[in-house]
Parts: sequence; C-alpha cells; structure tokens
Amino acid sequence: MAVLRRNLTAYGFLCAALFCFAVFAWYPMIREFILSFQETNLIDPPTWVGLDNFEYAVGYPGFTEAWIATLQFTFLALVCGFVVPFVVALVLNELRHARAYLRFVVYLPVMLPPIVAVLLFRWFFDPGPGLFNQILGFVNLPALAWLDSPATALISLVIVSTWMNMGSATLIYLAALQNIPPELYEAAELDGAGVFKRIRHVTIPQTRLILLLMLMLQIVATMQVFIEPYMLTGGGPAGSTVTVAYMMFQFAFTNQNYGVAGALGMMLMIVLLVFAAFQLRLTREDKA
Amino acid sequence: MISVGARATAGRRRPARRRKPIQTGQFRTIISPLQLNSPWGRRIYWSVLVTVVVTFTLAFVFPLYWMITGAMKTGEEIAQMPPTLFPAAPTLDAYAEAWSLFDLGTLLGNTAYYSLGGWVFCMLVDVSAAYALSKLRPMFGNVILGAMLATLMIPAMVVLIPLYVTVVDLGLLNNPWGLWFPAAANGFNIFLLKRFFDSIPRELIEAAQIDGAGPTRVLWSVILPISRPILGVVSIFTIVTSFKDFTWPLLVMTDSDKMTLSVGLSQTAGMVSQNAIMGGLVVASIPTIIVFFVFQRHIMAGLTAGSIKG
Repeated sequence: MAVLRRNLTAYGFLCAALFCFAVFAWYPMIREFILSFQETNLIDPPTWVGLDNFEYAVGYPGFTEAWIATLQFTFLALVCGFVVPFVVALVLNELRHARAYLRFVVYLPVMLPPIVAVLLFRWFFDPGPGLFNQILGFVNLPALAWLDSPATALISLVIVSTWMNMGSATLIYLAALQNIPPELYEAAELDGAGVFKRIRHVTIPQTRLILLLMLMLQIVATMQVFIEPYMLTGGGPAGSTVTVAYMMFQFAFTNQNYGVAGALGMMLMIVLLVFAAFQLRLTREDKA
Repeated sequence: MISVGARATAGRRRPARRRKPIQTGQFRTIISPLQLNSPWGRRIYWSVLVTVVVTFTLAFVFPLYWMITGAMKTGEEIAQMPPTLFPAAPTLDAYAEAWSLFDLGTLLGNTAYYSLGGWVFCMLVDVSAAYALSKLRPMFGNVILGAMLATLMIPAMVVLIPLYVTVVDLGLLNNPWGLWFPAAANGFNIFLLKRFFDSIPRELIEAAQIDGAGPTRVLWSVILPISRPILGVVSIFTIVTSFKDFTWPLLVMTDSDKMTLSVGLSQTAGMVSQNAIMGGLVVASIPTIIVFFVFQRHIMAGLTAGSIKG
C-alpha cells in the first residue's frame, strides 16, 4: 500500500513534465522519423512516399553545395571558435590584473540576443560606410565585399558567430585551467620544461577531457547554423552560404514541403549522432 | 590579487626603482612567480596585459559603443564616410523613431510576458519533476530520467520541423503556450535540479515527515529553501534563453502584435533607417545587459558548474 501511494504521489508530481516531454519532445522525435517518409503540406492529408523524400533531397540542385558549405562553416568556426577561446583562456589565466573586467567583457556578447549581434554586424559588413571597410581604408588596405562576395561571405558569418559565442567557451576553459594542480607545473619546471613544453605536456593533457567535450559540442552547434545565413545573407551570394539547416528551413517554410525537410533533418541528425558517438568513445577511452 | 602592504615604506622621499612585485595569489599557472617577476618577465607581462585589455575592449566593447552612438547620430551622419567617432550633435531622435517604428513597447511587453510566463511554468514543471525523481523515487524513475536526458542528444534544428508540425496540429500557433510547453520540456534543467536535490540529506526530509509534513509540504518548506542557489541559476538561464530565442518564436508567434522583440526587429529591420535599427538594438540589449550586471556571479558559476560535470 505504502509503495503504491508513494508511486501515485510521485507520478502526480511528474505528470506535468511527462505531458510536456511526451507531446513536445518525445513525440516530435518520432514524428521526425515518420515525416521523412511522408509527403505533407499540413493541409492535405499526408501520403506515404517511401524513400522519395530522401531521393528528392539528394538530387536537389545545391544539396552537395549545402553540405560543403556546412562543413566549411563548421571547420572555419572551429579554427576560430575552438582555438581562439583556448588561447585566450590560456593568456587570461596568466594575467593577474583586470581579470574580472576581461571575463565580463568576453562574455558580454553571449548575453546579447543573437539578433542584436547579427544586425549590428550586418551594418559593420556594409561595403560602403560599414565599420570594417572604414577601418581597412584607414590602415590603407583594400576594401572587402564581405557578405556580397562568395569568397568572403562564409568567413564573415564565422566572424559574427565567433564574436557572439566565444565567451562561454573561454570561461569554461578558464575554469578548467584553474583546476590544474600547480605541482604539475612546478615538477615540469624542475625538469627543465619551457613555457611551450609546459603547455604541451601539462596544460593540454590536463584539460583534454573538457577540450574534447567542447570540440564535439561546438561541432554539433555549428553544424546547425541558421540565424547567421538567414539574417545576413539569405543563403547568397550565389548560394554560397546555404547551409543544411537553412536549406531545411526553406524546404519547410518557403516551399511547404515538410517531408523533404524531415528527410534533410534525418540526414543531419545521423551525421551529428555519428559525431556524438565518436565523442562518447573518446571520453570513455580517456577514463580507461 | 592586488598587492597589499608592499608599500609599507611609503614614507621614504624617493620611492626606489623596485616596484611592487606582481602578486600571483594562491594559485600558480604556467609561468612561475619567479619568472614573472624577473625583469624581462615583468616587461613581457605588462605589455601582454596592455595588449589584451586594449584588444578585448576594441573587440567586445567598441562594437557596443558603435551601436549606442550610431543610434545618436542623424541619418546623414551615420552614412557619412569616413565615420565620426563621436556623434556631432547627439540626439535621442533615433531612439524615439525606433520606439514608434518597431512598436517596441508592444514587442517588449510581449517578450517580457512570454519570458516570465515561461519561467513560472518551466519552474513549476521541472522542479516538481526533479523532486519526484530525486526524492519520491517512483517505479521506472531512471527510465524516465534517461528518456528526458536523451532529448538533449537530439539537435534542436532537427526537431524544429516536427515540433512545428505538432504545434500546428494542436492549434497553438500565436498562442504563448506554443512557446511555454516546449520550453518546459527541458532535460538539462531537470538534470541540474535533480542533482542538487540528490545532495539534500534524507534526515532533513524524514524529520519533516515525522512532524507530519506531506510531500508537497516537504517540497515547499524543506527542499525549496535549501535549493535557492540552484533555483537562481536555473531561473536566470531559463529567462535569458527565452528572451534571446529567435528561431522558434519566429515560427510560432507570427502575428505582428504577438511577436517577440528579436523577431519583430528582424522583420522590420529592412524598412527602417540604420540609426533607428541601432536604436532598436540598444533597447533590445538593455534587459540582458542589466541581468548580466546584476547576476554576473551566478551566471558565470552556473556556466561552469553545468558544463564541466554535465
């Protein structure tokens, strides 16, 4: 009896969460799977079409380009968004002054609504009176077309993305660096290791786990990039910034073709799950 | 970190060339205190410090300065080449213009309503779920927790479309519940709360039970008062996340009088002059920046606590 009562009260407390998860988290996950095998525009009743959606998506002009753009964006965003925060955290950790100010400032863009960062940078990227070209002109460098040229559009998106996201990674690394036992550095120093050797043989092995974790999290986050192309380039110029997520959004909300969007989503998810599985394996190896 | 007492000999006429050493405090890092305080170490340290402070200020503060002053310039001045560093005749006209063009009053009101309403609902749902999973321990509790955490593995963009389809089916478009229900299904919040509740000793709860407190009373009078720190962190993150969110409200709240601030700004930005856009952006940034100023410690603590162990 007591067990039954305990279970009843427990499920009483759980029921609201179970409802929210069932309808708005678990069911959509199943729905995603179903959707990718259906043709539906949400008005007519859906029809089963087997693998047609996948075939259509793969054969769609720009499909390969979208994956290439996504991978390029992810790669560039990692070069900036993964390496820069770590180096910044390393330097910040050595500084003994202005620490609170620097931490505050680097996290400030993370607090801004992304739309603010994006619209602000859209103005900076303006080829005419935009801040970036004015600065380039000031130091006598040629002006760039930024968002208007296929050559620089993607890297411009990476700049915005790094600016508005690097704060959290930096602070996480900083916390990890502060957990390194000082004895290790002392021992390394006694063994005659210079600054770079200390970084290579003490700092990096000691923060390896968090570095791997953040690497995977960032890959998953950047592969879903949407706001930047949606607001800054609209996929242009010449389709150079159409990412997979952006293409998915367009299929669903411009063409009302939810099935194909679902199929693209499935592909994106499989790729991301492969990364996640890879991460799990790496972290497990690390513990062993 | 700031050295105290190094100037004990301040009474001397000419302070010696030796300046106070750079204090390293209790923790040492890559560079040893000895190296840091060698003549070259000091030179390098101070030049790196100045470079970093200047670079950070230029990279992260200057864009915001440019945004705020951009909104104080006139339409001609903002398009002028080369740009002026200070507004020639600062006016607040662009802010007033932004306020009326973007209908910022409505947008701010909507966003505040959605964020705060979502926060109340999310806390009710997630706290009671975490309490049930942590302290009441029902059958299949671990299965449920696992299924909740599994939702964190699914990328947000991937469930966006089926979630939208679900919300359309339920007729929740342009209804705040279309934002609140999905936001409450937050596995990470439940995980953080449950982990904190797990650390509350059983004896406290048993003592309350002996005094005749039922499960609701235990939650309200024992668990919640102890859990204030984690409740604060979860609350701040919930509110800030929903305030910042763009893609989901873009899909769900499409009526122009029901839009959130971010969505409203994005929809009208193409039709408004540059200085008015900047005015709108400043207004949109103020709430989160105030929250950051006030809750800086909690936000930074929550950031690292959640991610390192999670």
